[in-house]
Amino acid sequence: MTDLIEMSGICKAFAGVVALQDAQLHLKPGEVHAVIGQNGAGKSTLIKILTGVYRKDSGSVKINGSETGISTPREAQDAGIATIYQELSLVPLRSVTENVMMGYEPRTKLGLIDWQRAHLQAEKTLKRFGVDIDVRAQLGTYSTAIQQLVAIARAASMKAQVVIMDEATSSLDDQEIDILFRVVRELKKQGVAILYISHFLDELYQICDRVTIMRDGQTVGQHVVSETTKLGLISEMLGRDPEEIEAAGMTGLGGEKRNQPGEVLLEADEISTGHGLKDVTVSVRKGEIVGLGGLLGAGRTEVARALFGLDALRKGKITHRDGPDRISNPAHAIEAGIGFLTEDRKREGIIPHMSVRENMTLALLPRLRKFGGVDRKREQELVGSFICSLGIKTASMEQPIRELSGGNQQKVLLARWLALDPRLLILDEPTRGVDVGAKFEIQSIIRDYVEKGLGVLLISSEFEELVEGADRIVVLQDGHSVTELENPGVTEERLIAAIAHHYERGAA
Amino acid sequence: MTPENKQTLNTSGTSGTRLQFDWSWVSNNGGVIALIVILAFNVIVTPNFLNPQTLFVNISQVATIAIVAVGMTLVIATGGIDLSVGAVMALAGAMAPLIFTSPFAEANPQIGLVLSIVVPVLVALLCGAFNGFMVSYLNVQPIVATLIFFISGRGIALVLTNGNLQTFTNPEFSYLGTGKILGFPFQGYLVLLIAVVVWWVVNQTVFGRQLLAVGGNEKAARLSGVPVKRVKIGAYVICAGLSGMAGLIVVAINSASDAARIGNLMELDAIAAAVVGGALLQGGKAPIFGAILGAVIIQLVKYTLLANGVADEVALIAKAGIIVTAVYLQQARKE
Repeated sequence: MTDLIEMSGICKAFAGVVALQDAQLHLKPGEVHAVIGQNGAGKSTLIKILTGVYRKDSGSVKINGSETGISTPREAQDAGIATIYQELSLVPLRSVTENVMMGYEPRTKLGLIDWQRAHLQAEKTLKRFGVDIDVRAQLGTYSTAIQQLVAIARAASMKAQVVIMDEATSSLDDQEIDILFRVVRELKKQGVAILYISHFLDELYQICDRVTIMRDGQTVGQHVVSETTKLGLISEMLGRDPEEIEAAGMTGLGGEKRNQPGEVLLEADEISTGHGLKDVTVSVRKGEIVGLGGLLGAGRTEVARALFGLDALRKGKITHRDGPDRISNPAHAIEAGIGFLTEDRKREGIIPHMSVRENMTLALLPRLRKFGGVDRKREQELVGSFICSLGIKTASMEQPIRELSGGNQQKVLLARWLALDPRLLILDEPTRGVDVGAKFEIQSIIRDYVEKGLGVLLISSEFEELVEGADRIVVLQDGHSVTELENPGVTEERLIAAIAHHYERGAA
Repeated sequence: MTPENKQTLNTSGTSGTRLQFDWSWVSNNGGVIALIVILAFNVIVTPNFLNPQTLFVNISQVATIAIVAVGMTLVIATGGIDLSVGAVMALAGAMAPLIFTSPFAEANPQIGLVLSIVVPVLVALLCGAFNGFMVSYLNVQPIVATLIFFISGRGIALVLTNGNLQTFTNPEFSYLGTGKILGFPFQGYLVLLIAVVVWWVVNQTVFGRQLLAVGGNEKAARLSGVPVKRVKIGAYVICAGLSGMAGLIVVAINSASDAARIGNLMELDAIAAAVVGGALLQGGKAPIFGAILGAVIIQLVKYTLLANGVADEVALIAKAGIIVTAVYLQQARKE
């Protein structure tokens, strides 16, 4: 059987940073094909090349055996590729019918929309997927699951050959997921190929036929799902030896609790938020680095957000030493001596128009107040000393931050927090997207400050960084803290085993 | 006066040749070039342009646009827009004569004068607080939030005055619009004072830095502990306060208050001046003196067309042309 879609030798770089290198994807008609990989492995870049959002640098994309040059989302749609995004691209304020039929409405002889027929067609399309709803009602009045099904129905009615589902289940509950899966099977019966992107490995075994595994911009494996094990998939995703993981996993997880010197700065006790945190207990002491381990979607960033006062607690309690009882916004958190280096430098970190100096002192500004203005002299001294001590490469402190390299931008943002002389610093992927040299420098800077008594909560997808850096690692899974590993004694294998082990326990 | 203008004429000649070669230079200095071109054109074509009287007329007319444009620049710097400035001018302008012609003020002229300036400005500040509250706490889009006063503000002013033209004789109050210091109109000094103070606020204070940060990247600002809501409200309050002042000046110039006409279409002039002055509509930049320059350009274009017998309606089209050009140059600057 020829492949419906054959992507091979795909390369793509963004501003010199390689995102894909010789990536492959082979999709057969009527199969459900999963694409898995860690953050930054290149899954979404690959999909976006297929859907015409990005242009490939090299490689070939063949549909039904013939080379295509899809370069816009519209062309992809015309070629029969439909995408269901996590954030729905529908119009919630219009009726279900309008959403299903948009752009393809049946017309009357006068050229007006034939609503009678449109409603009938929309109803028919939805019923095929076992969705029986009032198509005249506003789409927004239905649940996310129904909306997602409407999106799929729309795709099907447009005679899509391939439906791409990007994290389709992330906002659905169990029952809704069942409905979605039923629809997926229905589509499959009709010969539609489904490209299924998910972080939840359990789903893969329920619904997918084959799986493509990506790591560091490359396709590292393609398997029939029934011939794989979760341990195998994880080891391939992470690039580790499965026997090693298993062997390490057998020698006992969690480790014994040991007494740790240094007073407790912060203690989060069984906290949960509306944003995916269910039950997490974590504490940070003075002069230690506590790592948060876990796969994407396990709730690592959500812990950081809760501690920084961005998401309100639903349950549980956060206790600060010398701090206020409750932190309800970032300004409070900063007053309480907490800093938060976010993972998304561009969207949540830098202020692109502003200079290195202005970016660095943004959080510190209230403390630089003098006679109603900003104390320029102190500001310049401070910025100068940080540029020097962190080795920030910039033409001058007045250079706009957007002109700096990723690593130097990150150092400026790190300095933004270090300048506050914080008690606790939350670092979310502090070395993502920076080059090797800067990465090492950033890690040493953090270590220096920890030796002076700073407490750090470190979130990292790089196991090496966690294992070598953290004194303790709290392992998260599905919003729960499941175990804690203590250094010395933690190896990458043990960490991965902890993550994998609990995965298997979760499936049972 | 004369030699100075001759000089600007010469520079315009040299910039004309550069204009063809270096586009980025043109887009970065578009405002200054436009000003020079207009001045040169007027010196050659418009009769009596170099007469001091012309200068005074232009200063007194540009003052209100410039004052409101400075406030507008702050709001635009947060990524917002304020459509209510003209209506707030009308409201403040309508209140002032009501206050100083009231029996109480007639009996206590000093207090009455102070109140007739302070109360309208306070009311304007309240309008701004309302705008800011709508935008930051209720997350209403700025264009909609300020549309509320755009519509109702002038309505309230008309209700207060029964829709009548109020004329008055009050030399002390009229000083705001007709007073002269060292031969130059009082409001010219006021514009300079406001510009310097606001420039200082934007460039030297914590509030100013936070204002630009909110416009530059609101998420990042919030995560850095910037009180985003308060900063936004601050911008709208300052903008409305300045609009209120501008309204008083218009009334003082005319010694009459017509609620239907004060500040009519001012929002468009102010936005145009801010944009011509280099403000980015997506926020993050607050070129205060740019806004003044923009106001001067718009005023001069109006004057040029008027002085040369072009109809008012055509002047509107010219204004639109300036805005299009300014926005185009802004886009070009972004590469």
